[in-house]
Amino acid sequence: MANQGVNQGRRRFLTASTAVVGAVGAGFAAVPFIKSWLPSARAEAAGAPVLADISKLEPGQKMTVEWRGKPVFVVKRTPEMLELLPKQDPRLRDPNSEVESQQPSYAKNPTRSLKPEIMVLVAICTHLGCVPEYKPEIGPQPFDHDWAGGFYCPCHKSRFDLAGRVYQGVPAPTNLVVPPYRFPDDHHVLIGEDPKEAA
Amino acid sequence: MANSNNGVLGSLMAWVDERLPVTDFYKHHLSEYYAPKNFNFWYFFGSLAMLVLVNQLLSGIWLTMHYKPDATQAFQSVEYIMRDVPWGWLIRYMHSTGASAFFIVVYLHMFRGLMYGSYRKPRELVWLIGMVIYLVLMAEAFMGYVLPWGQMSYWGAQVIINLFGAIPVVGDDLTMWIRGDYLVSDATLNRFFALHVVAMPILLLGLVVIHLAALHTVGSNNPDGIEIKAKKDENGKPLDGIPFHPYYSVKDILGVAVFLIFFAGIIFYAPALGGLFLEHDNFVPANPLVTPIHIKPVWYFTPFYAILKAVPSKLGGVIAMGAAIVMLFLVPWLDRSPVKSIRYKGILSKIALAIFTVSFVTLGWLAMQAGSETQTLVARICTVLYFLFFLLMPIYTSIEKTKPVPERVTK
Amino acid sequence: MKKHIILSLLLWLPLAGMASEGGNLEHVRLNMDDQAALQRGAKLFVNYCLGCHSAAAMRYKRLTDLGLTQKEIEENLIFTGHKVGEPMVSSMDPQQAKSFFGKAPPDLSVIARSRGVDWLYTYLKSFYKDPSRPVGWNNAIFPNASMPNVLVALQGVQVAHKQEGEHGESISLELEKAGSRSPEEFDRDVKDLVSYLAYMAEPAQLLRKHYGPYVIGFLLFFTLMAYLLKKEYWRDVH
Repeated sequence: MANQGVNQGRRRFLTASTAVVGAVGAGFAAVPFIKSWLPSARAEAAGAPVLADISKLEPGQKMTVEWRGKPVFVVKRTPEMLELLPKQDPRLRDPNSEVESQQPSYAKNPTRSLKPEIMVLVAICTHLGCVPEYKPEIGPQPFDHDWAGGFYCPCHKSRFDLAGRVYQGVPAPTNLVVPPYRFPDDHHVLIGEDPKEAA
Repeated sequence: MANSNNGVLGSLMAWVDERLPVTDFYKHHLSEYYAPKNFNFWYFFGSLAMLVLVNQLLSGIWLTMHYKPDATQAFQSVEYIMRDVPWGWLIRYMHSTGASAFFIVVYLHMFRGLMYGSYRKPRELVWLIGMVIYLVLMAEAFMGYVLPWGQMSYWGAQVIINLFGAIPVVGDDLTMWIRGDYLVSDATLNRFFALHVVAMPILLLGLVVIHLAALHTVGSNNPDGIEIKAKKDENGKPLDGIPFHPYYSVKDILGVAVFLIFFAGIIFYAPALGGLFLEHDNFVPANPLVTPIHIKPVWYFTPFYAILKAVPSKLGGVIAMGAAIVMLFLVPWLDRSPVKSIRYKGILSKIALAIFTVSFVTLGWLAMQAGSETQTLVARICTVLYFLFFLLMPIYTSIEKTKPVPERVTK
Repeated sequence: MKKHIILSLLLWLPLAGMASEGGNLEHVRLNMDDQAALQRGAKLFVNYCLGCHSAAAMRYKRLTDLGLTQKEIEENLIFTGHKVGEPMVSSMDPQQAKSFFGKAPPDLSVIARSRGVDWLYTYLKSFYKDPSRPVGWNNAIFPNASMPNVLVALQGVQVAHKQEGEHGESISLELEKAGSRSPEEFDRDVKDLVSYLAYMAEPAQLLRKHYGPYVIGFLLFFTLMAYLLKKEYWRDVH
């Protein structure tokens, strides 16, 4: 091997640039493999928006709808329940729904809903994923002497008010999630689709 | 990497080297593995086979994430991959095109060995292990072809498994044992899936490792068929050898780049390659009650299938097909020539290799045709020629006049 | 106006074998970039095929590939009550279909990949009236097909004339009663439908052809780099 007369600079430049181009190529080749783990068209179709009939829902009642394999509670709150909501604020961790991930922008309001009386919530405790119980009774409860109605998680005693807002002093860190939803008409709620997608 | 006086990285390498001989391994197999400097075009296909193997492993692992090895779901799950899984179509085409590409590079790799006498002493084991790899690859490809559970998958499995039925006495019981049922069924599909995605790949990887271990023990052959280790400089380095890295690593990268252009060309513009890589009838779901009109294996099995069909007896056909492969194993001992490479062999060897190549390709083509009487006759002639190449090899390689072999490799 | 399709069929050969050999098939050139044609084909497919045949691998939503919006798909192409994310499944009960036609109509998801577009094009144009068949129809390239001529309202009614030729029997088809479309219009309809079937057999072909040039272009560039690198190092080797 005769190494004299070798342009080391050119050699190093070509080695480095070929390596970079090769790495870019490998990076592009990895994209299909990574993206193939995203939900397939079948999963997307199974996770399509769910239409629920709320015309029979009485004030104070809750119904459960399955959306993307998760329970979604639809609660028709009474005026009395709505009145109690602002009074809970001092006892809550995030009374003004400041954690953006927990609700769409159109539900970032005092009632966390599009229509004040209709509450739509993903019924998965933000602590470790149990399904909270709906406890609409107002008054002292074994787990809370000053209960204003809400959701109580049996797993680790997390408590949420009737807007799904988490109380202080429980393990759950954030408010319950409000899914995207809209009202196609007065009798139905479509869970899984934002109002702006209706166009 | 090899420099241990080089700061933190150097001392880290030294720490590792005391516990795991990484630097030794790197020197032994790459930076100080001396390969003949006169490798030509034919020497790309070993590294390309490795590339295709990696492609098959990666795309294969990803396919198992979406495929269902169940007779009622397999066909649909392939279409699910082709449509519903994001980028699933690309991964599937990489795998299906890779299967054919594997055989293309392996056939060219084997042909290189036949041309330059890479099977001759001291490389008999390199050749034999390579042949075992080829056998495992055939089994792997056959079982993989069954998985899409189309008509060709199904009837291909039916025909190939029934070949074992030709074995006297135990044949029928053996075929039933392989199928796990009275017909090719869900049980067969399920076990082929396990073998295809777990057992065979492990076997294949292990064989590739010992193929390379044997090669690096004896050193690579070259187009001149002379031993570069015979002529060394004062440092004990072969005069006609160059370190594999960087010289052959950069050369193989170029080979890989050119190969990938063709590979991508097929994937993106002709993934079925006119029914050659993905057969038309395999887009019909498996149906045990209807046999496709044209039943033939995928292109890479066709030469052997043609030999099977050329013999007008069930057992005879199976024996002929098996013998056709056994012949390849025996080549190291059939070749009696004083020289290795075709470059210095006599005219008889050159003619024999040419006839063999033409017969092999013709057989492959014939098996894909409808099979007229003329074609059957041609297939029989080619079968005879195929065997004569091997059986007469001890004679024509020893009687012919060879050319003098140079002392050093030529350009 | 009369139209003749001459199909000289060598009936003494295995018939289906002929069909797959494609010796007598009309060749059709398709343009997968013609979205309007593919949309017309999709419309024909849901109107004339989906009644009996499913395309269970194909989701309605995928038709957005053809330049349609989800709303357009829902309003113009879904007659089966399915949601836009669901596959094209026929509303006909397979058991019932079997009793009507003698065999269940095959799924058409990948029919263009198994039969080939020329076969489909010729087949769809080769139906003729045959009172001896249970459904009243026969087909010149797929004799004794169990499928009736679903496009009869468009094509009109063809009758067959069989002649004994030197190579066996041959069939020529003649339009006996005109349909709502002229023969040229009908040819275009069938071509549109076959284009759609070809698209549906592999929707990813649009993606393939889209990404292909970028991949090949990149690889050419990489090859150039690798070539320069190899050349640089190999200057050492004499």
